[in-house]
Amino acid sequence: MKSVRIAGGLGFYGDSWRPIKTSIERGNVQYVASDHLAELTLAILQKDRQRDPNLGYTRDFAPMLLDLLPIAIPRGVKFILNAGGLNPMAAREVLLGALKKFDMKLKVGVVLGDSVLERLDELQEVGVSLVHMDTGADITTVRERLLFASAYLGARPLVEALDAGADIVLTGRVADAALFLAPMMHQLGWRWDDWDKLAQGIVVGHLLECSGQATGGNFGGDWRSIPNLAHIGYPIAEVWENGDAVISKAPGTGGRVNFDTLREQLLYEVHDPRHYMTPDVDVDMTTLRMEEIGLDEVRVIGAKGRPAPEMLKIVAGYEDGVMGQAMLGYAWPDALAKAQLAAEIIQQQMIEVDLKTEEIVIEYIGYDSIHGPLADPTHAKDLNEVYLRIAVRCADKKEAAKLGRLFPPLALSGPPFIGGAGGMIEPRGLLGIWPTLAPRTVIEEYIRVSVEES
Amino acid sequence: MKKQLVELAHARSGDKGDIANIALFAPDQATYDLLVREVTTERVRTHFAGIVTGKVERYEAPNVLALNFVLHGALNGGASRSLRSDALGKSLSSALLRMEIEV
Repeated sequence: MKSVRIAGGLGFYGDSWRPIKTSIERGNVQYVASDHLAELTLAILQKDRQRDPNLGYTRDFAPMLLDLLPIAIPRGVKFILNAGGLNPMAAREVLLGALKKFDMKLKVGVVLGDSVLERLDELQEVGVSLVHMDTGADITTVRERLLFASAYLGARPLVEALDAGADIVLTGRVADAALFLAPMMHQLGWRWDDWDKLAQGIVVGHLLECSGQATGGNFGGDWRSIPNLAHIGYPIAEVWENGDAVISKAPGTGGRVNFDTLREQLLYEVHDPRHYMTPDVDVDMTTLRMEEIGLDEVRVIGAKGRPAPEMLKIVAGYEDGVMGQAMLGYAWPDALAKAQLAAEIIQQQMIEVDLKTEEIVIEYIGYDSIHGPLADPTHAKDLNEVYLRIAVRCADKKEAAKLGRLFPPLALSGPPFIGGAGGMIEPRGLLGIWPTLAPRTVIEEYIRVSVEES
Repeated sequence: MKKQLVELAHARSGDKGDIANIALFAPDQATYDLLVREVTTERVRTHFAGIVTGKVERYEAPNVLALNFVLHGALNGGASRSLRSDALGKSLSSALLRMEIEV
């Protein structure tokens, strides 16, 4: 029976590609599918593009490919990456330039059409409301502040590029799991209405799209039992023609692939597991079975699919104020009480310098900064040290920067025994996320696929 | 007898916009049945008062012995807008494990 072997690539912009190297060298994979775009990554890329119209892609992809291609080319390994971000054409130019140093000709495919920021008027004219899909709010309130708006595309255009012979496919926003479904469609001859097989493909993609999170990274169970995280292997899937799959990792790598590590990843960022909606299929995860068949080998079978949705998801981002923040550490004894007094001092001075805030968050790092109101107060006594962190949301950078300037004087004129005065932290723009839906037909008519040889 | 969830189960949380999900995993069928009975939508909502501003939904995935909680308004507006240290809600999972249930 025909099968295809796919390696999980990066899980986000900035992730390590060393484990991908191992998957190529020792994992006998044919494809690497790599997810460079978290929800907020497009905001970073939009800022890049505002500075320079030739940017707007994730800049780690070219060094990553230059490092991996010398081992990938002789093995015929192909790449599918959403590293194009907001500017896949610029990413292609960078890649074609970089590829000049390789003798072999490579075909680079590009998928365009996910960015709809310039088309929002047109969408509204044909009756797309663009209301917030969770709250039902009208987009008018944020329309002027939008920085990007991108639709999640499915696997079809990616398959088109692979069918045209692309060795490397660059996309912008596509459903993360579609990066993985594409090589399965290309290799295994599935039809676009083989819903159960598509569902299996999406489940496999979902399991692989977050790099080390499938192989024992960020494991909420017995984390001490996960060996050698320093040399973690990223997940590898073998998927057969009938949809059955086995998840593993390269031999000799750290981490762990078992029922527990994989089921944590299965439900990661999932809402209703009976309806995991993707552009290509509506997946039911509650019918599948995961069976350990060997050390670091889990068979995944039995996901069910229903027809693809009529609507595609768009995620837009809008400017939503600026965050100012500052931190200072206090030592035992009474570390928390000292940090609390410092917080009171700062709050009084904020009023006196007329610092205008829309919101303020006060956290005590070492006590409650991560669990907030759920932190256990019985631990408050006798802490070795506590860091005060104050964060504010302001209308602009100038206002937000006022907060940081209130902290340095605490060193000589506040409560005693400080450490970790790290200097001022630059204010940072905040971004609201606006998820909405649009009929797939109005999105898909703008999809363009091109394949060019280096 | 009361037990804290951390002794019974493990969990992972994730973010989408201002919505977080927490999947809670039982080691066996008996513990799963217990979690289904005790860790109700209402209890989770009360547990996260002060953090979660919207509704809480619960989904069952008995095939992997898991309950999946979807927490609306859980992330101070979402990771890219949040002022919190745990902007992505990565540790909401461990915060759920503080809950005590009757066993």
